[in-house]
Amino acid sequence: MARLFRIAVRNLRRYKRRTLLTASLVAIGVLFVLVFIAASGSFKNMIIAQITDSMLGHIQVHKKGYVASIENLPLTLNMNQDQMKKVEKAIQGTPGIEAYSPRVKFGGMFSTFAETTNIRLNGVDPDKEMKTVPLLQSRILQGGKWMQKGELLIPQLLARGMGVKVGDTVVIIATNKDGSVNGKQLRVSGILESATGPGGRDGYLHIDDAIEILRMEEPEVSEVAIRLKDFGRLHDVYKGLTAALSNEMNKQGTLLFEVHTWEGLSPFFNVARMIDVMTFFIKLMLIAIVLVSIMNVMIMAVYERIREIGTIAAIGTQPHRILSMFIVEGFCLALFGAAIGTVAGLLVVLILRSVKVTFDFGMQTGLVLMPTLHVMDVVAVALIVIVVAVLGSLQPAFKASRMEPIKALRHV
Amino acid sequence: MALVVAQDIYKDYQVGEVAVQALRGLSFEIEPASFVSFVGPSGSGKTTLLNLIGCLDKPTKGTLMVADTDILSLGRKASATFRGEHIGFIFQDFNLIPVLTVYENIEYPLLMVQELPAPERLKRVTTLLEAVGMTEQKDKYPDQISGGQKQRVAVARALVTNPQLVLADEPTANLDSKTAYMVIELMKKMKDEFKTTFIFSTHDQKIVGEAEILYRLEDGLLAGREARGGQTNG
Repeated sequence: MARLFRIAVRNLRRYKRRTLLTASLVAIGVLFVLVFIAASGSFKNMIIAQITDSMLGHIQVHKKGYVASIENLPLTLNMNQDQMKKVEKAIQGTPGIEAYSPRVKFGGMFSTFAETTNIRLNGVDPDKEMKTVPLLQSRILQGGKWMQKGELLIPQLLARGMGVKVGDTVVIIATNKDGSVNGKQLRVSGILESATGPGGRDGYLHIDDAIEILRMEEPEVSEVAIRLKDFGRLHDVYKGLTAALSNEMNKQGTLLFEVHTWEGLSPFFNVARMIDVMTFFIKLMLIAIVLVSIMNVMIMAVYERIREIGTIAAIGTQPHRILSMFIVEGFCLALFGAAIGTVAGLLVVLILRSVKVTFDFGMQTGLVLMPTLHVMDVVAVALIVIVVAVLGSLQPAFKASRMEPIKALRHV
Repeated sequence: MALVVAQDIYKDYQVGEVAVQALRGLSFEIEPASFVSFVGPSGSGKTTLLNLIGCLDKPTKGTLMVADTDILSLGRKASATFRGEHIGFIFQDFNLIPVLTVYENIEYPLLMVQELPAPERLKRVTTLLEAVGMTEQKDKYPDQISGGQKQRVAVARALVTNPQLVLADEPTANLDSKTAYMVIELMKKMKDEFKTTFIFSTHDQKIVGEAEILYRLEDGLLAGREARGGQTNG
């Protein structure tokens, strides 16, 4: 086998210019694919992290039917204390969960005494919320680090539109599920940066204030946001939690709770899927480049060496051995191109990381692109190139192995 | 027992729409360890006959036994195996593999065809390199040696597998007369040393006399047989 590789390498060196050109083509293909995977993957992961770590959490649990009506923030679909205990028990029995935060979501009126507008609010336990969506704190543009009881975080656009500043006193008025209206004065403790996606323009207040405004006799919860220890195990934990809650039925005999990953809650998931589809098509283009270039080179190699093939066949070389000689040649050429492309790709990724390219996404500006390549991505691209090169070499190699020695020896 | 037995062999070709009868009922026998030449003008059927004996082609009609094997019964893979085990080839254009050194060219059939272990390969290649006087050039590539040296390497490559039969189609056609004579002498020496049968074709009258047995071919027919020492048939 070592001799086969040595012969293949020498034959490639025999046509230096052609070998270099083909290897360069393969290398450029590998370079583009790796840089695209690194950049698009980084973009995707960054946005997913923004969405999950500053708003949604990784997984959410609601009472059945809540998500379908989430635009209305229906108070009638809140979980009561018993139901919340069941959810907490399921969370505690499911491995891989780092933190969770119960939320009371409601819509209300926001009044500065001079002007009034509507607002969507999340009543949260500040400690639990911080552990579940740690990046929420980084969205506070003005004001303190976090809010206390009697304080309110309001979205940037609302603050700008209503002319509200940190420290101002405002009134939140809301209707509870029985139809009675209540209000409470709160101090604006911070202004939140708006974010793309559901909940990106919501305000935050302490859960006790929410309970007071909504005059709940016992605390209720609209949703439970969950943070995982390892985001890579998202679907495992989702399945575990779904299974743990699958026995909880309502009076009608249907499921009491519904569990969603961030994918089912954020429209960005479709963008993420589009990025995956684009990556797939970029890989297809790489396959086409490798297939055409390697096949072309190997066809030329066979054509130029017909007499040599005739000679080795005449002296007794078996057809399968001739086949493997040309396949190994295509393999070596692809390996060479893939190696150059991988090194170049890693260099470009390193340069992009050091240059710190910034971009805007929705309301978020100045996001720094930090392209990252995983070993599996590099291995997968190299494997694609090598496998396609071997496939591309098959036809010319098969042709060489099937040549009649007498005809090959007569070839001029 | 004869090494090559041909009985009434015919070979027809189709060139475009024209049928060409290259061999027309040849019968002969060649004994082991003999030095045989087929001579005749261009188109007389020398190369066709050598291709048949070398299992590179099959007769249209007749029986051809080589080393007790009916070559008509051999399939593609079996033919390759048979050639690798029993036959060595020397080509007019030397046909050395340009990316292999002299040593590697000689070693090639042992490694890629017979798949012998390294110590055995080393022993045989070293012996052949010495026998053909190419030891000093063993690390050179074919484009770094002369035509005569190339043909010596080709002789060594043909003999390294210890074949019963070596076929040489116009082995001296691309060599000057002095080198051609030296190559024929080398082949004779190898035949004596390794007891191998050499069959070569030529139309060079100067080297024809070196053959122990001479077959004359004309228009695909055997026109005569001469054995050194005056025996003549035909």
